[in-house]
Amino acid sequence: MNAWMISVGFLLALSGAAHAETVYVTLEKDNAIAVVDPIAGSLLKTVSVGQRPRGIAISNDYKYLFVATSDDNTIKVIDAETLLEIGKLPSGDDPETFALTPDGKRLFASNEDDNTVTVIDIATKQAVQQIPVGVEPEGIAASPDGQWVVSATEATNMLHWINAKTLAISDNTLVDPRPRALSFTSDSQFLWVTSEMAGTVTVLDAKTRQIVKNIKLSVQGVTDDTIQPVGVVIDKDQRWAYVAMGPANRVAVINAKTFEVEKYLLVGQRVWNLAFSPDQKRLYTTNGLSNDVSIIDLDNHKVTKSIGVGRYPWGVVSKP
Amino acid sequence: MAYPFILRVLFLYFFWVGLAAAANEKEIKIAYFSQELAPPQSLSNLDPFIKDKGFPGAQLGIADNNTTGRFTGQIYTLDKIAVPLQGDSYQVFKDKVLNQYAFVIADLPASQLEKISELAKPDQMLIFDANTSDDALRTKCLPQVLFILPSRAMRADALAQYMMKKRWSKWFLVVGPAKEDELYAAAIKRSAKRFGIKITAEKKWEHTFDARKTEQSDIPTFTQAGDYDVLIVADEQCIFGEYLDYRTWSPRPVIGTQGLIATAWHKTHEQWGAIQMQNRFKDKVGRWMEESDYGAYIAVRAIGEAATRSHSVNLADIKAYMLSEDFALQGYKGKPLSFRGWDGQMRQPVLLAAPRSLVTVAPVEGFLHPKTELDTLGFDQPESLCK
Repeated sequence: MNAWMISVGFLLALSGAAHAETVYVTLEKDNAIAVVDPIAGSLLKTVSVGQRPRGIAISNDYKYLFVATSDDNTIKVIDAETLLEIGKLPSGDDPETFALTPDGKRLFASNEDDNTVTVIDIATKQAVQQIPVGVEPEGIAASPDGQWVVSATEATNMLHWINAKTLAISDNTLVDPRPRALSFTSDSQFLWVTSEMAGTVTVLDAKTRQIVKNIKLSVQGVTDDTIQPVGVVIDKDQRWAYVAMGPANRVAVINAKTFEVEKYLLVGQRVWNLAFSPDQKRLYTTNGLSNDVSIIDLDNHKVTKSIGVGRYPWGVVSKP
Repeated sequence: MAYPFILRVLFLYFFWVGLAAAANEKEIKIAYFSQELAPPQSLSNLDPFIKDKGFPGAQLGIADNNTTGRFTGQIYTLDKIAVPLQGDSYQVFKDKVLNQYAFVIADLPASQLEKISELAKPDQMLIFDANTSDDALRTKCLPQVLFILPSRAMRADALAQYMMKKRWSKWFLVVGPAKEDELYAAAIKRSAKRFGIKITAEKKWEHTFDARKTEQSDIPTFTQAGDYDVLIVADEQCIFGEYLDYRTWSPRPVIGTQGLIATAWHKTHEQWGAIQMQNRFKDKVGRWMEESDYGAYIAVRAIGEAATRSHSVNLADIKAYMLSEDFALQGYKGKPLSFRGWDGQMRQPVLLAAPRSLVTVAPVEGFLHPKTELDTLGFDQPESLCK
């Protein structure tokens, strides 16, 4: 009896290990999603998804993928298991990045060419409202407490603080040139923003919407104008922030308490976006020019693997 | 469903326009000063003559500045002052622009720009040259003028860097009949010397109307110039340069003002957000964005960016910020644009474009500089006589 239970447990553990995790990567130039097994370190398959896929997110229950297919002017809803398309959301023109609200009910999409943010109700697949923002909205993030959605505009260089309930802009903060990506800390207290043209990361207090810290990234032997930070993520314990540095081909590891840069990890070429593994033990990077994904072991802050995935990997998400 | 939604957008729009109108002490008036051009002789019907080149770029820049202005309370207006074909630009400038505008986008040939700039006092007016690439004008050290487009020297250096990378270091230089072609050729010779390139042959293209000569017969004989790697052509008026490719005696590529060109902007460029710029321009204007449209756009955006950052609409504050180390303008070319304090030239990457493909972007990797690689193009501070 005991032995039987142990062996079942053993088998379950084995099968669990075999399907431990899946990573999805949008491939901008291949019009496809790459499906990667990060544990085995292999590309499982590539599935066509639509024209110029960029932003990607996964639902809280890990059942659905949302993929912005920019040249189809829509955000597609895809079954994460079968990878079949099950719906389309009216994102407005040329969607690139978008944010899901923490309750999973709404999606806020940036419309770069129209200077607006489109608010979409996922259940009814309807656009609820379009909010005029600055020139070329790109990065967008929802606070985990459900209070804010913040849109960063690349040419206006502002953060527009949208009240997630009333959909009105409550405040605007000027930041360094060409803000690209932004992320809230898990307690919703701080917002981290990267500025591509300035080579900086700015940390803001969500209560006051004021800048708390401006961190200048610099690497010996790399000229300042090559340091172009894009993706930023902070771990749920708020110990470390990770910043993808674009053509500087590195990920900056920043102490999220002291704001000191701990180290720079060399990854693939023009590193764009970042995603944690569900257990936050690993970080995945999309490397646009070297066509691969790097895996960073977060216990040791070491790059362990790189996996070729296809042309222009752009966005990345993972599921257990 | 759709109706109230549109109404809501309209409401928001008027709300902001109303807000902006209430605060017109924060207005920045910009003049776009140009002279009408006669259509040039053209080699083909492929590229139609564009009469309003430049101005739509300034309009798009104004729209972008005003979108940002909604959040800062600043308003930007643009007035076009166009001198007729036979008109006297100096007089029109004196009557209609001087003492009326602090910011002027100039779309004029170098000689006219130089004349009007003599009227402008540096503490009262800032002129943005959105048209010329004249090196002589840039070495005059004019504190009242900023130069947006790359100089001929920057273009020639961009080509030279890429040719060095390819190790195509023996050039056959062909110079057209115009005065501008001589200036372009001078820039090419400067770059050749700078980067250790040999000009193995040089010929002047004599444009004749002899009916016995055709492109097919003339160019092969004309291009018998010994051993060379590339033919570099100086033909800014586009009179003969397009005829060279595929008709040369030896199978050699053509670069310079035709073939592979060095430019601030090109329709093949789509990296670093440029695709957004191309789309927005095409949607609004109905044609591709040309280099002078880009120049005018960037000039207006530079004013907007400096006004936003300095929280001011005042010339002195805006100019001080624009020329400071902090100024970093996003120009869709992967590196922030700024101004060289010594000669007022905009620091920028230069595109090397073939007619249907972007070949590379200079500064080319491997050409190093202690401060910024962008200063490997054109006249660097130690070479400049300006302060």
